[in-house]
Amino acid sequence: MAVDTAPPAAAAPTTNTTNSKPTPRWRNRESLTAWLFILPSLIGFLSFTAGPVIAAGVISLLDWNLFSAPTWAGLRNFARLGPDPTFWSALGNTAYFTLVSVPLTILVSLALALLLNQGLKRVAVFRSLLLLPYATITVAVAFVWIWLYIPHDGLVNAVLGWFGISGPQWLISDTWAMPALIAMSVWKSFGFGMVVFLAGLQAIPQQLYEAARVDGTSTWQSFRNITLPMLSPALFFVIVTSIIGSFQVFDQALIMTNGGPGTRTTTLVMYIYRTGFENYDQGYAAAQSLVLFGFIVLITAAQFTMQRKLVHYDN
Amino acid sequence: MTTSELRRKLIVFTCFVVTAITLVPVVMMVLVAFQSDAESMAAKPSFWPSSWHPENLTRAFELVPLGKYLLNTIYFAAGTTLLETATAALAAYAFARLNFPGRSWLFGIYLATLMIPSQVTLIPQFVLVAKLQGIDTWPGMILPHAFTAIGVFLLRQFFLGIPRDYEEAARLDGANRWQAFVRVIVPLAVPAIATLAVFKFIGQWNNLLWPLVISNSDATRTASVGLQVFQDTNGTQWNLLLMAATVTTVPLIVLFFLTQRWFIRGITMSGLGGR
Repeated sequence: MAVDTAPPAAAAPTTNTTNSKPTPRWRNRESLTAWLFILPSLIGFLSFTAGPVIAAGVISLLDWNLFSAPTWAGLRNFARLGPDPTFWSALGNTAYFTLVSVPLTILVSLALALLLNQGLKRVAVFRSLLLLPYATITVAVAFVWIWLYIPHDGLVNAVLGWFGISGPQWLISDTWAMPALIAMSVWKSFGFGMVVFLAGLQAIPQQLYEAARVDGTSTWQSFRNITLPMLSPALFFVIVTSIIGSFQVFDQALIMTNGGPGTRTTTLVMYIYRTGFENYDQGYAAAQSLVLFGFIVLITAAQFTMQRKLVHYDN
Repeated sequence: MTTSELRRKLIVFTCFVVTAITLVPVVMMVLVAFQSDAESMAAKPSFWPSSWHPENLTRAFELVPLGKYLLNTIYFAAGTTLLETATAALAAYAFARLNFPGRSWLFGIYLATLMIPSQVTLIPQFVLVAKLQGIDTWPGMILPHAFTAIGVFLLRQFFLGIPRDYEEAARLDGANRWQAFVRVIVPLAVPAIATLAVFKFIGQWNNLLWPLVISNSDATRTASVGLQVFQDTNGTQWNLLLMAATVTTVPLIVLFFLTQRWFIRGITMSGLGGR
């Protein structure tokens, strides 16, 4: 990282009475060039990313439905969260989704990466095909999954029937709607982790395994003592991005269950969408979005604290 | 050698089985899309079409303007991608190579927004676009999603890895910064720029939430939102619904296979380069 600040040449010559310019000409020119390079990005970034972040803070303190003039609400929007059952239900659902889908996705990704790393001939072909779900449109494949979950004689229940299991009503079941969404989401996203893990596995020097074999270690021991530590940076990265991603789950829940039955699959982002764009309660929606942000910051900070203990970086 | 031979066969077999299971939803999407109305809506779903109905394709296009939605999706995805990669490359070059007062803190502001979820900016962006009369217009759709920090961050990382000597040589030959950027840096950074572009394009093709709040007519409606409308208006006419889903997904799948070199490089770069 070369974040070297400009040398302090600027301060020194200001006492010089004949030269009012504090910096040498070429340095000014370089600054000017730099600003010209940055300007297109900066204008857009300030207007559409950085500005809105600050505006979100302000809007969260307002009572505003977009159509009439906003009124000051102070922290009332945040206070409303406490007694709002839908908010807690959305938070609980999002936590449930995250706690189950992230470990499952990681397990599937890791298992498939290990499978593909067994010295197979056409690794690239299998890798591409297995990555396919990750490169589809969520809304489009969500439709297929609704079809797969058709309660009576749908494909999923037909397959369960072969094993003598009478499948549940999936998307309209209080108990099974969320697991159904989770299964679809694991299918949709495992490819990302798989590709990261496969690259990580391929980067592990084979000598380590050979040395371990000479020492007579078992397959499990070399997995535990070589593969996992060497793969830990990749694991950490995938866990962090998966958790952040699953806290923002929206598309499949909107299409497949529309948050139902009841509020059983209403996620935080869906509740923000409802509050802001169906109830036009922009202040409250902004407050919710900041709470979502707060959770993401907390979780990420906790992960980075754990990372110091668990992740092995070789330099 | 028989055990290792057996082990190898077992691995190949497992790969085939796992891949086949993974592809079932995509294959079923296409198969049901070609079933007859009666077959696809029967109480007992059928898997393999008993007769093929390619006319479902034209019927789906007649029910909703899928062609228009696809074109809109391309506008939206290409517009955001072009703007983002171009402006991000310029800014990333300045952050990586040029000295100017305030560089560190300005880059710090960019970095600080990396972790902020897009839902935080959703409402202010909507308010801004609404105030500027940008609802259901292309500037309103594209501009708010074309200036994220991630592009600047990724390209700056890549530019920092390009040896300064290449550029110095061009500068000694009398090239100015702009010429050095265009003739030396950009050609060297093609893989990184392509990776960013592919990711951005696929990500925006998939974007549902933003078009859902900003576009409210066929003028700017994208495929994701269009499919949702299709579901609302045509219920569960499975063959046509899944035909529409197929039509909107296939271009993305083709794009994925054409660009997967960059796509996979992008995933591994973000995963292992992000140390």
